Amino acid sequence: MLQYSDKVMEQFKSMKNAGRIENADGIGKVGNPVCGDVMWIYIKVDENEVITDCKFETFGCVAAIATSSLATELVKGKKIDEAKDITNKRIVELLGGLPKEKFHCSVLAEEGIKKAIEDYKNKKAGK
Amino acid sequence: MIEDVIYLDNNATTKIAPEVVEEMLLFLKENYANPSSIYYLAQNIKKHIETAREKAARLLNAEPSEIIFTSGGTEADNMAIKGIAFANEKKGKHIITSSIEHHAVINTCKYLEKHGFEITYIPVDKYGIVDVDLIKKSIKNDTILISIMYVNNEIGTIEPVAEIGKIAREKGVYFHTDAVQAAGKIKIDVKEQNIDLLSISGHKFHGPKGAGALYIRKGIKIDALLHGGHQENNLRAGTENVAGIIGLGKACEIADEDLKNIKMKSEIKRLRDKLEKGILEKIPKIIVNGHPEKRIDNTLNICIKYIEGESILINLDLEGICASSGSACTSGSLEPSHVLLALGLPHEIAHGSLRFSLSKYTKEKEIDKVLEILPVIVQKLRNLSPFWKKGK
Ligand SMILES: Cc1ncc(COP(=O)(O)O)c(C=O)c1O
Ligand code: FES
Repeated sequence: MLQYSDKVMEQFKSMKNAGRIENADGIGKVGNPVCGDVMWIYIKVDENEVITDCKFETFGCVAAIATSSLATELVKGKKIDEAKDITNKRIVELLGGLPKEKFHCSVLAEEGIKKAIEDYKNKKAGK
Repeated sequence: MIEDVIYLDNNATTKIAPEVVEEMLLFLKENYANPSSIYYLAQNIKKHIETAREKAARLLNAEPSEIIFTSGGTEADNMAIKGIAFANEKKGKHIITSSIEHHAVINTCKYLEKHGFEITYIPVDKYGIVDVDLIKKSIKNDTILISIMYVNNEIGTIEPVAEIGKIAREKGVYFHTDAVQAAGKIKIDVKEQNIDLLSISGHKFHGPKGAGALYIRKGIKIDALLHGGHQENNLRAGTENVAGIIGLGKACEIADEDLKNIKMKSEIKRLRDKLEKGILEKIPKIIVNGHPEKRIDNTLNICIKYIEGESILINLDLEGICASSGSACTSGSLEPSHVLLALGLPHEIAHGSLRFSLSKYTKEKEIDKVLEILPVIVQKLRNLSPFWKKGK
């Protein structure tokens, strides 16, 4: 089995923000072309465009769960324009690295958040 | 290993039997002479090696002279397949194998393909049983070898080796079987089953790692893999792994006795069946892999729909339970196990695979603990899965 850092294991165990948000303002559904795993990110946004809540659901591995656990934590309380600059590289750094076969898993969190913000903007524009 | 770990990964490797360790220690400590030397100290060790050979032969109903000691299952598979291939390439370059072999066989065949051999990979049905008719039909004038595993390591399906052996013998084609997962678990009889070459590995039945054997039926010529000294009848050069060989011999002796111990054998099956039944009762949407009856008693392989194997394994590990998965996420290769795919399972189902493999050391309370913990883990991960709600 692959070797994960303590920080990864911590996030995996805590699974912060796992679950769904009913009536989410934006949902980002992304698939990983490499392994076929799937990630759904939900965001709640207030009138000042601040992300007040962010949750994820995934059919993915330990690395996918740990990265999205941290990423959802990071974007909470941020303005959407700030939040959309989140990168998987930064997430991986904060987690103390990932085994190189698992680097691709971290893109799910980044793309999921970006898609969710996009979805929010589209919905708002459509209103 | 720590005492309270629940070890249910016996198809990966087994706990070495204390009796085996004890015998090996003598040959790691006092009996250090090189068995090829001439003095008594060395010749005495040589005698012990020959006794180990007799024990290995007895487990397979072979003759001692038909046993070559190797560094394990991988080397035995390599030696058998490359050995037959290179010794018979003038006769033909066609080999038949299956799509669910261990990598020790598959990658050896792939290597031979690069050297001009033609390999036919016979498919299996949804239970993992090879298509024997297709094997028969695939035999050509230039077919030199059929290599089909005895028991599959992931799903535990038992292949119809006697039937294949009969066909091979009739057609004059050599038959090799990788019996690494069968040895010590079911009765093997190379004579009755018409087996020409057969691989075993000590650490899969409470022997040491790095010690295995290849049975080669009397009269069959193969090319050596390793060239050097005259050890192992010129077929496997290099100073013997004495302690390993002694340990393997002892493991074979114990396995032979255990095979006659009906009570012990039925207890392993009872616990495996309890685990299977309990999981099916407590967790919805489970697929059991492998053949319902023609399956080795210690193995349970399931797919837990909508969740992914690595997350299950790590959660089990946090509870002190050791198991394994054929999920892509655990393999490092990004592809789910070739065995599960060969059964016709879709990628996302194969992703949720989980294998428990028991041994004679497995206790009932360990199975009970798994039955208590696994449903909780599965529920937690399913709650996290975007597919679960839709599948409900
Ligand atoms: C069916 C089968 N063949 C071969 C091997 C390789 O054996 P070893 O680990 O002794 O090289 C294994 C074990 O992983 C196996 O399960
Ligand atoms: S997300 Fe698929 S392997 Fe990690």
